[in-house]
This record gives sequence, structure tokens and C-alpha cells, in this order.
Amino acid sequence: MEVKLSVRRYDPESTNTVSHYQEYQMEMDEASTILDALIQIREDVDGTLSLRCSCRSAICGSCAMRVNGEAGLACNTKVIDVIPSDGTPIVVEPAGNLPVIKDLVVDFQPFWNQVKSVEPWLQPAGEEPEAEYLAPDEDMLHLAGVVSCILCGACVSDCTVLEVDSNFLGPAALAKAYRFVGDPRDDADAKRLETLNQEGGVWDCTRCMKCVEVCPKGVAPMDRIMSLREKVMDAGHTNTNGARHATAFVDSVRHSGWLDELKLPIKSFGIFNLKAMIGLIPLAIRSQRAGKVPPLIHKNIPDVENVRKIFDKVENKK
Amino acid sequence: MKYAFYPGCVSRGACPELYTATLEVCDILGIELDEDALKSASCTGAGVLQEKNLRLGDTLNARTFAMAEKAGLPLMTICSTCQGVMSQANERLVADPEYLASINEDLKEEGLEYKGTINPKHLLWIIVEDLGMDFFNSKVVRKLEGLKLAPFYGCYLVRPSDALGFNENPERETSLESIIEAVGAEVVDFPGKSLCCGFPILTINPKNSVKMVANHTIDAKDRGADAMVTPCPLCHLNLDGYQPNASSAAKRDIDLPIIHLPQLVGLSLGIAPEKMRLNKHIVSTKKLLSELAVAP
Repeated sequence: MEVKLSVRRYDPESTNTVSHYQEYQMEMDEASTILDALIQIREDVDGTLSLRCSCRSAICGSCAMRVNGEAGLACNTKVIDVIPSDGTPIVVEPAGNLPVIKDLVVDFQPFWNQVKSVEPWLQPAGEEPEAEYLAPDEDMLHLAGVVSCILCGACVSDCTVLEVDSNFLGPAALAKAYRFVGDPRDDADAKRLETLNQEGGVWDCTRCMKCVEVCPKGVAPMDRIMSLREKVMDAGHTNTNGARHATAFVDSVRHSGWLDELKLPIKSFGIFNLKAMIGLIPLAIRSQRAGKVPPLIHKNIPDVENVRKIFDKVENKK
Repeated sequence: MKYAFYPGCVSRGACPELYTATLEVCDILGIELDEDALKSASCTGAGVLQEKNLRLGDTLNARTFAMAEKAGLPLMTICSTCQGVMSQANERLVADPEYLASINEDLKEEGLEYKGTINPKHLLWIIVEDLGMDFFNSKVVRKLEGLKLAPFYGCYLVRPSDALGFNENPERETSLESIIEAVGAEVVDFPGKSLCCGFPILTINPKNSVKMVANHTIDAKDRGADAMVTPCPLCHLNLDGYQPNASSAAKRDIDLPIIHLPQLVGLSLGIAPEKMRLNKHIVSTKKLLSELAVAP
């Protein structure tokens, strides 16, 4: 079949240092992948095209890039699955949120810095055992998904928070942090959770699920971040806007059955946070003028006692 | 066609215009809404409650589904977040009969049992799938020609795609564009349309949240959009309510009205703008409506 690819090119050493798109047209087999197509371009058409790849089997994690705007591994993305229906070329771009070195090759240093910062190694307490550290199967099962991470960076590429804030630890590093916080052999939970509670940690995730959607290995980083939030709160770190927001939200549903939009921001920032309270005033005035203020008296939903009973029953199970 | 109406918290709170516009639009489209069937239903948990206790969220949503089942009606949502959270809960409940049975144990006292037959649907999907585009086109009386609209879905209406039934209903992926085209407007495509509006971190990291508002609204504006349309009231609240902050942070005018999906549909059905409270937005819709020659 005939395939058209539009590849984003960038070469800091060439005369044209502005990134641009170059189109390639070629014959490909129906079973071929984006990586096959890129290698064919490099070998037969244009030897100056740079890309990273190694195993070609979705194991090494080298070839993460964006295909039609979404991150994934070039080696497990079949060309036939991503041909746009409107006849336009398949767009291939380097991974996002990381500096481009050349063409499809990005600088992974910021990624490694994030991963290293969560101290991704076991920190057990006490004497070293004579043989291996033993852990019961049932305590390790919940880590089965997260240890599948191949550090390809697809989640980091498409993270919507990293797009606006490079200080965010990012989905890969946070998933890695969960892997150690959740490991029964590790004894550094207290220190780890304290760090994860800081700015740029677990609370800065928007829950947009982009990392869950693009991860080629089913690691579901966002779900791990949500579990870490719970662990952070359980460890007693409740004095953050994020923890207060989650608590105020749940309290509102328990109390009235639905969300009290007036109280939520006040409780999240903390009523004694004068700067934040003053910051809310312009919005309050704008909303008031537009008639977009939630009811001043927040009424309970009918039969709210049934909702409260469910809270009691389920929370007792926890 | 009759549905058990789940309005969500925001259309009864900070976005009353969404509730009003929905009732107006459904009336003309022949979508009969039962506003009583789910009057005792709780908030979905919006993903926030699920952070603390997933099972609690699933139980509350199973309770809502059981109420719709009891009324013998399909369930309609008007919020991307409600829809997404319900779809995800439903996927877990239906996939695991043992789990569902244990959840039902906690609903028994109220005389409720969820049998797993509800398929919650956003109004957007109901128009595209249940009514069909041919029927919808036949109802359009005012073509909004010349209007350029950027779609903005809201994360929970696009991810996770498997729980949202994108494999069985691939038209969902471009449903908003289908509506924009059907009302005679032009789609302004931009990468931000399926990304985060910043609302969930509004009180946690306001700086990042406002940056997201700025990025999306400015990108859509620079690509020629006259307005943005969204099926998610939470996206609306951030993109509309915090646009003045985004404008100051980015040091430039943005002035991009953020229209709720039912308001757009309503305009094409000939409903008067003030009936849908289009005059009740933070970013004024006046200029937009005057360009459309529709009295504000």
C-alpha cells in the first residue's frame, strides 16, 4: 500500500535551523509499523533522518514519539491503523515536553532527573538478609502493572501539566515512586511521601488521563498518582490545598449529597489564607454580575440520609 | 424518547444557563426529560471522591443507575465529567458480577438493586446516536454560517476511550465537530480540544490552571475561532470564568466566548439567546450574537 508520512525535521547544525515538516511517500506492507517506515526512509531515501530505536519489539522503550499528535512507540504502531481517513499524511513528530536534539531524537536528561529524584531503589531498614528479601505474592500483585514501565517517556511526552510547568515530577517518576512506596520491602515511605506532598508532586496532576491513554504498557500512571494522594493523606499530610480540596469535596457529598461550589474553594485554600481569599474576590464579583453564583443556601438532596448511610457502610469496610 | 435526567451539580450551581438551555433544546428535539427519577441521586464523585475511596464512588453511581433502572428509563447527562465518571464506574460494575453483587448489598436497605442495564449517555451522544444527524439536521432552522467554532471536549468525554465506548461508537470521537458542522458553522481544529482545561487544579495550583486556560483560548483565537463550544460545564467555568486572569497573565486580549453545547444547538433551533441565558457569561457573547444577527 502507498503511505504518506510528514515527519518533523530539525537539525541545529544545518543551514535551516527552523523545525519543518518533510513529506515522504513510499510503498509499505500492510503489517509494517511506523518504525519500519522511518527505518526505510533512513536507509533508502534520506540518510540524514535521525531517530532512536533498538529492540523493535516494544521492550526497550527507545522509540517513543508522537504519531498524529499522540505519543506511543513507533515499533508497535501499525501504519495501517493511523492513516488519516481524509487522505492527509501520517504526521510523525518527536516526543513532547522534552528538548529536541535532532529530528525525532529528544534529550532524555530532564526525564532521568525526574525519575532519579524519587530515589527509585529499595531502601529497607534493619540488617541485610542473608539471601534475598522475601515478600508475599499478595503484597506484590498490585505492583505488577507498574513494574511493566519501560521508561519510554510516552506519558511524559503528552502530560498536560508538564506542558505548562516543568517543575512537575511527571507521570513516569510518580508511577515509579508508587512502585517503591507500595513495595512491602521498602521502609522509606515516610520520607518518600513527605517529598511527594511538596509542590510539583502528587497534587499538581490534573487527572486528565492522558498518561493512562498513551502508555503502551498499561502502567496507568495517573491511577498510581491517585493512590499516592490517598497514602500521602493517610500519612497525615493534610495541610495542602489538594488534601483540603479532596476532603472538602467528600464532606460536601456526604453532608448534602452534592457539591457545595461556594464552600469548596474557600475550604481548599483555607479560610485563613487571606491572600487566596482576596484573590477570589474579582471572580466573585464577575460571577455575581453574570448571575453565575451557586445558590447561597446549599440545600440537601432529597433522601440525603440514604447517601450518608452508604458513606458509613463503605467507609467502615476500608 | 424519554430519559432520566441527571443534571449534575454544576448546572444547578454556577452554570444555571446550562440547565435552562438543556430544557429548551430537549423540548424542541422531542427529548422528554424525567426530572424526578434521579432527584435523590448524589454527585458522581467527579473523580475527586474516587481518589479517596473508589468503592464509595462506585456505590453512589450504582445507586443512581439503579434509580434509572427502577424508572425504566435510559440516563442522560450534560457534563463531560459526570459522563466519564459514570462510564468508568459502570465499566467496573458490569465487568465483575461478584463486585456488583457486593455493591448491591449496600443498596439493599434503600430497596435498590443495580442490574447492570444502564448505559449513561451525554446529550451530545444522544443527538448524534439516538436522534441521528438526519433528524437533527431537519430541526435546524437557523444556519450559523460564517461562524468559526473551536471544539473543547473535556478530558472525561475522550478518555479512557475504552470505558467511553469509542470502539463500539467511533463517531463519538468527532461528535462535537459533527454538531458544529450540522449547525452550519466552521470547525476550528486545534490540538488543545481534547486536553485539560485546568479546572481540576484551580484551587491546588491556580498558576498552572490559568496557564492552561491561556494556552487553549489563545491558540483557538489565533487559529481564527469566534467562540469555543464545550459539552463540559467545568471546562466552561474555567475557560470562561478565568479568561480575564489568563488574559492578564498572557498580557493580551483574548475575548473568546465559551458556549455550552446546548446553547449552540439552541441557537440553530431558533431559540432566543436570552432564553438560554447567553447574556449570563463572564466573557460577553454580545459581539458574537450581533455578528450572527441574533438579538442578545
